[in-house]
Amino acid sequence: MRVETETRNEERGTRNRAHRALGLTDAEYERICELLGRDPNVVELAMFSLLWSEHCAYKHSRKLLARLPTEGERVVMGPGENAGAVDLGNGYAAAFKVESHNHPSAVEPFQGAATGVGGILRDVFALGARPIAVLDSLRFGELDSQRSRYLLDGAVRGIGAYGNSIGVPTVGGEIYFEAPYEHNCLVNAMCVGLARTEEMVRAAASGVGNLVVLMGASTGRDGIGGASVLASAELEEGEEKRPSVQIGDPFEESKLLECCLELLGQGLLVSLQDLGAAGITSSAGEMASGGGVGVDIDVSRVPLREADMEPFEIMVSESQERMLAVVEPASLERVLELCDKWQTGAAAIGEVTDSGRIRVLRGDELVGDVPVSALVDECPLYDLQPQEPDSWTYGNRATLSERADVPEALLALLASPNVASKRWAFEQYDSIVGSRTVRRPETADAAVLLVPEAGGAIAVAIDGNGRRVACDPYRGTVEAVLECAANLACVGAEPLGLTNCLNFGNPEKPGPAWQLDRAVSGLADACEELRVPVVGGNVSLYNEGPEGAIYPTPVVGMVGELPDPRRAAGTGFARAGDAIALAGPFAPSLAGSELAKLRGELDLGLPGVDLAVICAAIAGLREAVRSGVVASAHDVSDGGLACALAECAIAAGLGCHVDLDPLVEERGVAGETALFGEGPGGFVISGKRAKLEQLATGNLPVLTIGEVGGETIEIEAAEQSLAVPLGDAERAWQSLAERAEAAAV
Amino acid sequence: MIWGVVQFPGSCDERDALAAAGLVGEARMLWHADDDLDGIDAVVVPGGFSYGDYLRAGALARFSHLMEALAAFAQQGGPVLGICNGFQVLCEAGLLPGALLTNEDIRFVCRQVEVVVESNRSPFTAGLEPGERLSIPVKHQEGRFFAPDDVLDELESRGQVALRYAADHNPNGSVRDIAGVTNGAGNVLGLMPHPEHAVDELTGSIDGLRLFKAAAGALT
Repeated sequence: MRVETETRNEERGTRNRAHRALGLTDAEYERICELLGRDPNVVELAMFSLLWSEHCAYKHSRKLLARLPTEGERVVMGPGENAGAVDLGNGYAAAFKVESHNHPSAVEPFQGAATGVGGILRDVFALGARPIAVLDSLRFGELDSQRSRYLLDGAVRGIGAYGNSIGVPTVGGEIYFEAPYEHNCLVNAMCVGLARTEEMVRAAASGVGNLVVLMGASTGRDGIGGASVLASAELEEGEEKRPSVQIGDPFEESKLLECCLELLGQGLLVSLQDLGAAGITSSAGEMASGGGVGVDIDVSRVPLREADMEPFEIMVSESQERMLAVVEPASLERVLELCDKWQTGAAAIGEVTDSGRIRVLRGDELVGDVPVSALVDECPLYDLQPQEPDSWTYGNRATLSERADVPEALLALLASPNVASKRWAFEQYDSIVGSRTVRRPETADAAVLLVPEAGGAIAVAIDGNGRRVACDPYRGTVEAVLECAANLACVGAEPLGLTNCLNFGNPEKPGPAWQLDRAVSGLADACEELRVPVVGGNVSLYNEGPEGAIYPTPVVGMVGELPDPRRAAGTGFARAGDAIALAGPFAPSLAGSELAKLRGELDLGLPGVDLAVICAAIAGLREAVRSGVVASAHDVSDGGLACALAECAIAAGLGCHVDLDPLVEERGVAGETALFGEGPGGFVISGKRAKLEQLATGNLPVLTIGEVGGETIEIEAAEQSLAVPLGDAERAWQSLAERAEAAAV
Repeated sequence: MIWGVVQFPGSCDERDALAAAGLVGEARMLWHADDDLDGIDAVVVPGGFSYGDYLRAGALARFSHLMEALAAFAQQGGPVLGICNGFQVLCEAGLLPGALLTNEDIRFVCRQVEVVVESNRSPFTAGLEPGERLSIPVKHQEGRFFAPDDVLDELESRGQVALRYAADHNPNGSVRDIAGVTNGAGNVLGLMPHPEHAVDELTGSIDGLRLFKAAAGALT
């Protein structure tokens, strides 16, 4: 018997290697044959290859993700739906999710980024939520590389082209430039939507005999195999993969969005699902799996861009701007009428059955027939083989002389593209459409949006410093979560839920596997301590270039609520004469810092932190901001306290005089470390001196360190001191545009 | 007073315009395929990307059914405010002079800018003093106003230049810093800045509200 199986395997291996080209292993192919009781035909093989890809099946990450806390009082929808959602009160919920579009963007940045935005918008309005904000987290190689400038320019224009023309504001984000992203840039997009809680729809199909209606754009050959080809293997010959990148049409999506929201508002849809990776196959499979039903799809009824498409192409096409709905037969006419009003396509292409199978028909001919459970639930899950690396493998490049003095170091840090103002990018995004934006990009640490429907406002932020995660995947990921919560605290917001995108290298290699394992533990522990549930997310693996993996980059997005948007503190100092204080148990270190990068001194290791102490300080700062006595608040992040102070000063057009000796003495750090050291738990706040001093509690240490005023940034720290004219600091900090436009492509 | 806000497929700022107009009167959404403007006292053609800006910004929307009624409404002196894409639509429809070209630096720009009131002939600037500065955001990629010099001379001499960008605030390279123009009669105003996004201190400024209030005042 055993011999016979081996012979069969060998025959299959020679007869049919198609599965390997589609990214399935021989063992996975065997498993498919077992589940079907026969070899899959070409339609079925295409469907399995996509739904069993890393992108769709999370086969290397699902076991780890079980560690994440997902429950909380305010959770309305958790992982597994198109997006997560949290209760905002008054019958409203915020739906949100972050998703990657890394590999398409590395191949074709404009369309890759544009369709990344388009995809995350559909995830959110599939729930019946109107998108009200987009944020982006971008990573490129160093800005002095022409390829990085090309990718940056294309991605920023792509995000703008899609978001701007669909009327959803891009309110925040972050961009980092690091050599390990040179070949494999990261484009993560987050969308936040607002819905009436009781009108939100789930993706599960139900009601045997109900119709499956495909809405939106027609189906073409674009993006065939995107999920398996682009998202689930390392990038090698990028140019040849261009036909796998989808093309976006924001106008089509704008009509589709309005149409879907009107259909849902009139109660005409039983369920709704967006079409993303793996197209109809994935959407129909997830709908059927969620509802415990079967679905018949007749590919001859799918409106096509090209007449001669094969059934397998129709089933896996990733043409953009499409949605799949389940509709009761009696509602079909009204659904088609509304689609006609919005000039968006619609066709009934199948029906819900009780078979528990996805059956693919071409007219009367059955061309594919697989059990839903086999397709959606039976993909093998893999254990990682993690191994901790014993040295820093990402290299070092010194760009700042060891002899540079302290003022030179500050100017170099402010001009570093990671620290510098991102105005060049965010001015290309509409940040105000929708009339909700109270804090525009860079005016505060988190974007603040009015939600009068729910009686208040929300704050949103997105964070993740891959370099620090590379230094220590556990602590770096903890820091990313803390940083996001700290950003919300600066505007007085308490986190309600978290979404994340885990961007890592090849999980089949021991190093990236170890990073992923440690990072997920860090994410889980930080969320537990903050009591923030993870309500959704996305995993993007195989992010590697010829020189190895990217920095491990967990990107964390949070939505929080705040009672009074008028009290949301801005970054900039408010008035000359105000006192400046350092709040929080900030204990700076140069390990993994921006300065260590500029000096070429990066190495493994970050100092440990007491999570409970930092979380208590974040809560204390939030209450301080809510009390209204804090005139400005900015968390200490890239470039340390000196950069944070400079940013507060530049934003205000006011200088400052600061003495960091209290920090040096109380926390036992050197002057240079006090100036440029990084770490969680530090906030620069300003306000009336007496009031700031009254803020100090057991949870929130407050050190008064200086005063706002003048036209110079003056900072003393033990043996070190600097005095930099405000204009010089601002010129350095605003230097990104010139560098990004240098030899623009 | 009843405002109508035109909604095309691809409009983006129609709900914001509706809310802004609603602060100074009753505001109704008008669908592009509708026939008439019965009972409407003033019309806003809002910002966005009508028909995806395909072919050319505003070039397709001008053929919408409602545009015929709008042209007649404007002809009879009805106040019409075209904001951003609405300005582009009105230029394409021949209801306003000039054209809007791609920004000088070929990029989309979203920024708070200051504009100076040049003329208060239009109902939307009635009561504002020439020389007054207003802080209103812009957000567009095709907002560079252009017309030949002789046309510009004529527009200026007839007081049809309603708003100019303040010094150092021209975000797009518009000729002679022109931010907004009116038709010959003054009842149709097109501008690139978004007054509907300047009606609440919390979200920026309230200078845009003055345009809506001016029109409401002029009509009642």
